[in-house]
Amino acid sequence: METKALVLVTVVWVSVTLITGYFFYKVLTIPSKSEPDSFSDNDEE
Amino acid sequence: MSNSQSSGWGSRVGLVLAMAGNAVGLGNFLRFPAQAIENGGGAFIIPYLVCFLLMGLPLLFVEWSMGRYGGKFKQHSTPFIFDSMGQAPYWKYFGVFGLFTNIAVAAFYCYLESWALSWAYYSVAGTFTDMSMAEVQLFFENYIGLGTSQPVIFWIICLFLNTWILSRGLSGGVEKVAKVGMPLLLLFGLILGITGITMQASPEAGGPIHDGVVGLNYLWNPDFSSIWSFDVWVAAAGQIFFTLSLGMGSIHCYASYLNAKDDVALNAMSAGWMNEFVEVVLGSMIIIPISIGYLGIDAVSDMVSGGSGLGIGFAVLPKLFADWGGFGVMAGLMWFGLLFFAGITSSLAMGTPVMAFLKDNFGWKESTGAWFFGLIILLLGIPCVLSQDAFNEFDYWAGTISLVVFALIEIILFAWVFGLADNYSEWRKSDDVLPFKAMKRLPAWKEITRGADINVPIIFKFIIKYVSPIFLLIVFIGAIPGIIDNATKETSFYGWLARFLLLTLFILISFLVYIAAKRNKNSKLY
Repeated sequence: METKALVLVTVVWVSVTLITGYFFYKVLTIPSKSEPDSFSDNDEE
Repeated sequence: MSNSQSSGWGSRVGLVLAMAGNAVGLGNFLRFPAQAIENGGGAFIIPYLVCFLLMGLPLLFVEWSMGRYGGKFKQHSTPFIFDSMGQAPYWKYFGVFGLFTNIAVAAFYCYLESWALSWAYYSVAGTFTDMSMAEVQLFFENYIGLGTSQPVIFWIICLFLNTWILSRGLSGGVEKVAKVGMPLLLLFGLILGITGITMQASPEAGGPIHDGVVGLNYLWNPDFSSIWSFDVWVAAAGQIFFTLSLGMGSIHCYASYLNAKDDVALNAMSAGWMNEFVEVVLGSMIIIPISIGYLGIDAVSDMVSGGSGLGIGFAVLPKLFADWGGFGVMAGLMWFGLLFFAGITSSLAMGTPVMAFLKDNFGWKESTGAWFFGLIILLLGIPCVLSQDAFNEFDYWAGTISLVVFALIEIILFAWVFGLADNYSEWRKSDDVLPFKAMKRLPAWKEITRGADINVPIIFKFIIKYVSPIFLLIVFIGAIPGIIDNATKETSFYGWLARFLLLTLFILISFLVYIAAKRNKNSKLY
């Protein structure tokens, strides 16, 4: 690959992957808000 | 469930995956790489990402926030979400675009989606195994030219599948499909992408004539002079629109099932960036590296001229996969499977605003609304299946122009009518629990930041108020010559029929909104 293409694709792919991973990780790990919230899966029976 | 609505999301991850699935579509894999090649190669990523930051993300914040705000008033479709935000009675009629676009786009999009379903079946059945490249192309042309009854059969199956899933509701249908479909899509995309870019040239054994990185180099080699071209910026803005499913009304609907205190900022960021990962990373790893590896640069650049990778995706890749032996069957199934998942998670999002509108305003059950939506899509889809002219009319007016018009209207409503507070202290003051009427005048910035699990940079306030509307206005003005050309050009009977159906659809929805407004007024909903 030509250097400028290699640099560009590496920078873009790594940046986009890290940002995507960071935000999705936050979605997965931030504790749920107290009830009532919008989601039914964590409701008590 | 804990909130007052009878329908809603099961989990936050499910919501984010459904929103990402709404955004991820066939264009992520077929249109993006073709657009990049047409508009400066790797340099296209610069205007593309600038448009994402200045128009895509701000509009995501706006649409999520508008949706959650409308949900407070038990409204989940844009006519009455707009009505709850604007003080004047006419705003609800601008919201008609948010139903019109979904119905009209679904009418032709489900047909495209059915191609992916049928090609997945043909890949498993080994239909392409003994065909030459020319025969696969002929098969594709024969298929879209309705040379057999199979396109219609697969289209009906696809419509039925969409409608049945929709009839199961948000958490019972849409969310479950997103939770299965999105991880599979990512997995299939990664396997195919890694196979594509690590492909080794072996022409003597009848294999590829180039390594996979040759195609990657061709796609990403930047022509920086292109970023000074206005057309390249319009193409980048257009791609951001299509890829994020902005200006449709489906994001509003999904977000309207959130509680008022729930986050929208992080959810919007996560779903938006997930779409970017699928488009920029996975989307550039598959069709171009594989097709250039086998066919060479000249042949592929001819095929993508016009900015679409549809021909490569359906008429070329099946043959190349068939040459991969046993893995070829799996590769075909994964490729068309991921295209189908990308398609169905988007088309499901187009059905929910219609079901919600009928439920909120006319008391229809969700399942009844879903089957009604399926019937409308069937009727409107017939001309799109029968004629390319009708397909193109639906694609242009509903899938292109309507999005830009709607996005321009919604950002004006949100930022200028509903209102962004002029300074920090002003929106802080409105932090109290406000009575119903006053709630309508809450500043827009507070809608974005309320309950946010991330700090939204204050610069977005400026961007949403000034930059994004100007950006959209430029895109709209840039589209005017095309609008005039398309409106005045001669077309076939089916082209005229499509125009008539689109106009009739818009008028009928406006009439339903008028009736619903009268009913709501009588029942003192507002």
